[in-house]
Amino acid sequence: MATTPSTRTQAVESTATWRRSDRVALALCWAAGIALCVIAAAIVLYMLYKGIQTLRPSLLVDRPADGASQREAGGFLDPLVGTVVLTVMATAIALPLGVATALWLVEYGRPSGLARAVESGIEVIAGTPTIVLAIFGLAFFSQEIFSLLSFTAEGNAVFGRSFFIAAIMMSFIALPLVFGSTREALLAVPAYVREASYALGKSRWATIRRVLLPSIRPGIATGTALGMGRIAGDTAIVVILLGGTLRLEEAGGPPIFSTLKGTGSTLTSYVYENSPAGEGNAYDKAYAAAFVLLLVVIALNFAIDVIARERGDARWS
Amino acid sequence: MELMPPPPVRRIVLDDPPNVVAAPPTGTTTTAGPAAPGRPAASRRHPGAVVRERMRIEGLSVTYSGKPAVREVSLSIRAGEVLALIGPSGCGKTTLLRTLNRLTELTATAKRSGSLSLDSDNVDTLDVTELRRRVTMVFQQPNPFPMSIFENVAYALREQAQRRPKRPELAPAVESALRRAGLWDEVADDLDRPALRLSGGQQQRLCIARALAAQPEVLLLDEPCSALDPRSTAIIEHLIVELRQDLAVVIVTHNLQQAYRVADSVAFMYLGELVEHGSAEQVFGAPRAERTREYLAGAFG
Amino acid sequence: MTDARAEQMLGAFACVVLLMILLMVVSVMAKAWPSFAHNGLLWFGSGGGDTVDDQLSNIFNSPANPKDFVYELRAWPLLYGTALITLSSLVIGLVFALLAAIFIVEFAPKPMQRILEPVVRLLAAVPSVIYGLIGVLVLVPFVGNTLISTERKEDVIFVVQLSGNSVLVAVTVLTVMITPIMVALIVVALRAVPVAWTEGSAALGVNRWRTIWTISVRAVRPAIIAAAVLACARALGEAIMLSMVSGSLGFAPNPLDGLTFLFEPTRPLASTIVEGAEGFSVPPFGQTLYAFGAVLLVSSLFLSLGAHYAKRSLRRYGLTP
Repeated sequence: MATTPSTRTQAVESTATWRRSDRVALALCWAAGIALCVIAAAIVLYMLYKGIQTLRPSLLVDRPADGASQREAGGFLDPLVGTVVLTVMATAIALPLGVATALWLVEYGRPSGLARAVESGIEVIAGTPTIVLAIFGLAFFSQEIFSLLSFTAEGNAVFGRSFFIAAIMMSFIALPLVFGSTREALLAVPAYVREASYALGKSRWATIRRVLLPSIRPGIATGTALGMGRIAGDTAIVVILLGGTLRLEEAGGPPIFSTLKGTGSTLTSYVYENSPAGEGNAYDKAYAAAFVLLLVVIALNFAIDVIARERGDARWS
Repeated sequence: MELMPPPPVRRIVLDDPPNVVAAPPTGTTTTAGPAAPGRPAASRRHPGAVVRERMRIEGLSVTYSGKPAVREVSLSIRAGEVLALIGPSGCGKTTLLRTLNRLTELTATAKRSGSLSLDSDNVDTLDVTELRRRVTMVFQQPNPFPMSIFENVAYALREQAQRRPKRPELAPAVESALRRAGLWDEVADDLDRPALRLSGGQQQRLCIARALAAQPEVLLLDEPCSALDPRSTAIIEHLIVELRQDLAVVIVTHNLQQAYRVADSVAFMYLGELVEHGSAEQVFGAPRAERTREYLAGAFG
Repeated sequence: MTDARAEQMLGAFACVVLLMILLMVVSVMAKAWPSFAHNGLLWFGSGGGDTVDDQLSNIFNSPANPKDFVYELRAWPLLYGTALITLSSLVIGLVFALLAAIFIVEFAPKPMQRILEPVVRLLAAVPSVIYGLIGVLVLVPFVGNTLISTERKEDVIFVVQLSGNSVLVAVTVLTVMITPIMVALIVVALRAVPVAWTEGSAALGVNRWRTIWTISVRAVRPAIIAAAVLACARALGEAIMLSMVSGSLGFAPNPLDGLTFLFEPTRPLASTIVEGAEGFSVPPFGQTLYAFGAVLLVSSLFLSLGAHYAKRSLRRYGLTP
C-alpha cells in the first residue's frame, strides 16, 4: 500500500548539469552509433537490391564462359564449387591441427620454452597479411618435391598453384581462430572436472578423449565457423595460388585428385576478375556472385550465433 | 600431555571521553537507567553534540520485479549520530541503504514508492548526481579504481568540478580526506603508488577517504568491515565513531557486536519491515519487540 | 594410447605448426634478400631517375642472363602510400570505434543495442572483396565524376591523372572495413569492466559519461591497443580491396597539394604484390615482390611486439591484459 504516489522506475539523469564537453561527447557518441547503423544499412540494402536485380537461378548452374565473353553468357557454377571445395579442404586441415595444438598447449605444454614459442608463432600467423602467406605458398610449393600437388609444365617447372596448395595456405588463416577458441574453451573447463576424471583413474589422454573433447565441442565449432567465414571471404590467396582460371581445370591423374591438383576460381576471385580491377567487365555478374557470397557469410555468422547461444545455456554451474 | 597456555588477550585501547549519558533520540521512548554493561564508553555521544536531521524516509517501499524487498519503512537520519541497520540476511537492509542514494535505480527491475528527502528537499527534485555527491557510499568489497592513490581520492573532486582542477589545487583536499580516514601516515610518502597494491584494510580506508573527499553530508557504509581482518576492522570502527561529528553515518552490518560497538541509534529490520528503531542502549538493553529479542539472543541469523 | 605417446603425438602437431611458421619467415626473407642486397638502404628511399612503376617494369623486363638482372628500386612512394592509407584509416577508425562502442554499451536504447551488436559482428565478417566492389562501382565513379571538378583534373593532368580512384575512397572504405572489428572487441572489453568500479563511480556522484570515460575506457586500454593492432594488421595486409579502389599508380600523394591531395591515386605494398602477381616467373621481379612481402611481414611482427610491450606497461595499475 503506497502512501505517497511518487513511484520511480529508472534513474533519470538529466544532462543539464553536465559540462559542455560532456554534452558534446554524448552527441558524438550518438552520431557514431547512428552513423554505424546507417552505413550497415546502406551496405546490406544496396547489396540486397543489386543482388535481387542481377541474380538469376541460371547463374548458379551455368559454367563460366571464356574471359572475353563474360558479359554475354555463362554463370558462376565453377567458382561456387571452388569456394565450397576450398573451404572444406582448408577447414579439414586447420581443424585437427588447431585442436591438437591447443590441446597440447593447455594439457601438456612441456617444455615451457617450446610452449611459448608455439603461442608466439600462432600470434605471428594471426597477424600476418594473407598476401604474405600467399607468396610464401608460391615459393614453397614451386619446388620439385611438391610436384605432386600441382600441375607440372614442360621443362619440369612446377606450377605451384592448385587447390591443394591454396587449401594448405588457407588453413593458416583458420588455424589461429580454431586454436584460440579451443584454448579458451579448454581453459574455461573448471579444475574439478579434470580432477574428478583423474581421481577415477583415467589417464590424461583418456580424459582428453572422453571428458574434455566432448564438452568443448561448442567452442571448437565456434572457432571452426569463424575460420570458415574468413576462408570463404579471402581473395588474395585465391588470386595468387589458385591459378586464376575461371573454370576448374584438371591437371592429369585420377578423377577427383586431378581436379584438386588443378586450378580454378572461387566466388571471391570471380568477383575480383569481373570488377573494373580485373578483365571480365561484367559488373552484373560480379554483383550477383558477391550477393551469393554475402549470403554464405551471413549464414555462417548466423550459425556462429546459434552455437554461441547454445554454449551459453550449457554453462558449468 | 601438557596443554599450552592460552595466548594473552590483546586489547585495542580506544580513546576514552568523559562518561556521560547519551541524549536519547526525540520521539522514541527510552528506558531510564545505565547503559548496558560492557559497551565501550567511546561510542557514547559527547554532550551537546548537534543532532540535526539530514534525511527523512516516509513509507518507503522497494520492490524488485514485484517482489517486495522493503516495506513501508519510516526513519530519520541525523548528523552527529551513527545509525546501524541490523537484521538477518535478506531482510532488506542493504536495499534500504542503496535506496538512500538512489543506487537501486540502476537495476532495471526495481521500483520505489514513498517519500525520501534530503535536508527537506524531496530527492526526486534533485539531480541524481548531486544527491550522490551529498550522500556517498562505501561498499562491502573495497573497490579502489585502477589508478594511483592520489587520483583515487581526488576522483570525485576532479569529475564534479566544472573546470578540471590542477593537482596543487587538489592536494590539500586529498590530504585532509586521507587524514580523516586515518590513512595519511601510511601513504603520505608516495601518493602515486597504484591503489591496488594496498592491503585490504588500507584499500577500504582509501575508499572511505575517497567518499569523504567530496565533503558529503551523509556517509553510507555497506558492511564495510566484513571482508577485513580484526585489526583493520577496529581501525575503521574507530574512524566511524570519529566521523559522526560532522556527518550522518548509516552503517549496515550483520555483525551484532560491531553494531554494539559503534552505533548510537539502531534500526532492526526483518523481512523488509522495520521492526524496531531506537537508541542503541534501548534496543540492545531493553528491546521492545519479541522478534528483536529473539534476534539479539541469536535465535535466528 | 598411453599418455607419453599421446603427448608426443600432440606435440608433433604443435611442432609441425611451429615449423611451418619458421619456414615461412625464413623463406620470405631469403627470397627477398637479393633485392635488398642490390639496393642497400636506398631501397627505402625515393628518386633513382624513374618513377617507381617504371623501375618495376625495368625489373620485369630484365634480360634472361642472371648477371644482367635489374634490381634497382626506390620504394618510397609505395611505402609512403601504405603508411598514409593505413595510419589514416586506423586513427579515424579508432576514434569512431571507441565512440560507437561507448554508445552501444552505455547510451543506446535497448532495441538499438539488440540490433547493433549482431550487425557489427556481421560487418566484421563481410569479405573485403565486397567492400571493394561497392567501393569501385559506387564510390569511385561518384568521386571521379561528382567530387572532382574538371578544372582540378586539368590542373594536374601532366603529373597524374585523376579518376575516382583516390586516397579519399581508399581511406573511407578501409575505415569502414576495420571499424567493426574494433567496435566488437572494445564492446566486449567494456562489458567486462567490474561493476564494482562503475557502481563505485556512480555512487560518488559522477555522471554517466565521465564514469565511462575516466573509469571504463581507462580500464580497457589494453583491449583498445589489442583492437588497434588487429585492425592495423588487417589494414596493412589489405591487398584486394585497395587494389580495386586506390588507383593503380605507384604515386606518392602530396599533402601540399591541398584538397587535390585527397583525390590523388596511390598503391600500397600489398596491392602492388597482387597486381604484379603474373611476374613471379621473372626471378628479379619475383624477388622484388618478396621484398615487399618481407617489409609487410616485419611490420606486422613489430606491431605485435609493440602491442605486447604496451600492454605489459599497463599491468601496473591492475588492468588485466
